[in-house]
Amino acid sequence: MNIINIEHIAKIYQVGMEQVHALRDVSLKINKNEYVAIMGPSGSGKSTLMNMLGCLDTPTSGVYDFKGVSVSEMTDNELARIRNKEIGFVFQTFNLLARSDAVHNVELPLIYAGIPSAERKERARQALIDVGLGDRMHHKPNELSGGQRQRVAIARALVTKPAIILADEPTGNLDSKTGEEIMALFNEIHQKGNTIILVTHEEYIAEHAMRILRLKDGLIEKDEVVEKRFIPKSKEAVE
Amino acid sequence: MSSIFLELREGLAIAWRAIKTNKIRATLTMLGIFIGVTAVVLMSTAIKGIDNSLQQGVSSLGSDVLYIDKWAWFSNEEWWRMRNRRNIEMEDYIKFKDLAKLPLAVAPVSNSVQTIKYGDRKVETVFLSGSNADYVKTTNFDFAAGRFYSEIESDGSRNVAVIGSEISSKLFPRGDALDKTIKIGPVNYKVVGVLAEQGSTLLGAFNPDNQVFVPLGTVFKNFASRHMRSITINVRAASPEMLEATKDEAEGIMRKVRGLAHNEPNDFSINQQKGLTSFLDSITIVIKIAGLFITGLSLFVGAVGIMNIMFVSVKERTREIGLRKAIGAKRRTILAQFLLESSVICLIGGLIGLIAAILLSLMLNQFFPTSVQYDVVILAIVISLLTGIISGLAPAYTAAKLDPVDALRYE
Repeated sequence: MNIINIEHIAKIYQVGMEQVHALRDVSLKINKNEYVAIMGPSGSGKSTLMNMLGCLDTPTSGVYDFKGVSVSEMTDNELARIRNKEIGFVFQTFNLLARSDAVHNVELPLIYAGIPSAERKERARQALIDVGLGDRMHHKPNELSGGQRQRVAIARALVTKPAIILADEPTGNLDSKTGEEIMALFNEIHQKGNTIILVTHEEYIAEHAMRILRLKDGLIEKDEVVEKRFIPKSKEAVE
Repeated sequence: MSSIFLELREGLAIAWRAIKTNKIRATLTMLGIFIGVTAVVLMSTAIKGIDNSLQQGVSSLGSDVLYIDKWAWFSNEEWWRMRNRRNIEMEDYIKFKDLAKLPLAVAPVSNSVQTIKYGDRKVETVFLSGSNADYVKTTNFDFAAGRFYSEIESDGSRNVAVIGSEISSKLFPRGDALDKTIKIGPVNYKVVGVLAEQGSTLLGAFNPDNQVFVPLGTVFKNFASRHMRSITINVRAASPEMLEATKDEAEGIMRKVRGLAHNEPNDFSINQQKGLTSFLDSITIVIKIAGLFITGLSLFVGAVGIMNIMFVSVKERTREIGLRKAIGAKRRTILAQFLLESSVICLIGGLIGLIAAILLSLMLNQFFPTSVQYDVVILAIVISLLTGIISGLAPAYTAAKLDPVDALRYE
């Protein structure tokens, strides 16, 4: 069953007098439990595509069905709801609330889902345990290392049990060793049956995925299956 | 329903968190609202106090009493016309009293200003009212001690005096005025009565508390040359409802007594409390408008401060807003978050301001009449909430309509 079905979408921005074709004509399908990397040089439209996939933005033309529901025609509130329930974001810069502890950061999406406080706290704690931060529940971001911060962000993305995890350069701000740990965590998450979409410009990161979409000038240049997939050592093995 | 409640509670929690993390900034912002609310509350308690005090004072004049006088209290007529009127004399009073059927009581009054002395103590510029024993029936006087002078005393022009409570406390701090001999001008008078406190300080010399009452005959005898025996006739109606009828009757009788032809204008005026009330109202309304305008201005400055801070806060938290939107916050959630934040800041500032204003007005009450009312408490809460919502609206709206993609990219 495919979660994402995109047909001939285009996105045109108006910058001053000029029209910028960020996406020209993109069609793609992503199935449940796929692990897809989106690659491309800057200006290729990969950020735009990611925003589109994350329901942060709607296409100018074309069809975007998310679990069989058309996103193109959604109102702001419906988009907010789908982002809340179905999509887990992981950002390059973590985007944690600086003055809140790990538990509060993780429970944030559950607040917007209208889940009562006690259940929220419980689920947030469990998500933190799942990413290996059971002993850092009440640390604030500035008391955590970069890798730990990204783990908090991943816990936040997972806590709503979304249909897809959307990671935008998740290792971009991390050193290679920590980056590798994070990639191992993603692998683990994928093995548990989650669907992951990874945006990156680094080949070796992209090779963790099962499939790579290469974008250029707003078009999908290549859609290839990774033959020699890089399977990182599991977290336990790293430690 | 429950989801709105939940959202509100979460919004409050988020707002509270934001305030707590920016304590200094929130405190400074609160200061603006604090000052504004303190000023507004203080001003409105002061206005209330002035109002109450004037009303009390005016009502001590009696709402059912007419004052027939050569002068009108409030009139558009040229003053020299009134000056050229004939004096109202004792003969007028005697004829009037014979003819008037409706009044409860009629009394002639002659006022002058005198210095009152007892031993080394003295009170200057005291209103001295000369009248007869009927005078007390035209008033609502209560006595702290003694009585009003009797008919025999007034007919015999005895040197007896009834003194107001202020005069009593100034001349006799120990409260033993009764039967003492005081000096009015150069003349000795015996105190036969002391009034209980009647009116308010704002009426000044017109307040019975600051007056001395003596038989009219003694005024004519001792102080006559200075005011040419012109009197006022105080007429008390049987009831406030009868006031108009009594006034009509009084006008007719006075015209007859004064021998006016039907085409001549009145050469006397019939004054009443109502005129004074409306005159005082016209003064207090100016005080009210000016006062509320000035204090409102300080509240406005506070509100601008809040708006400014909220704009800064929105700008500063652009990425946070982007993140919140990305993970599912709706526009109205963000709107509510910032509105709640500014409202909570204002409400806290307002409540502290309210407490400060109440304490201050209790202190001020010793010099100036103030009156804290329950409606002021509600007023303060409503004002601070409204300020919070109004000044938070534009920044909150800016935050709510941010595009999550741009907001997340904001540096």
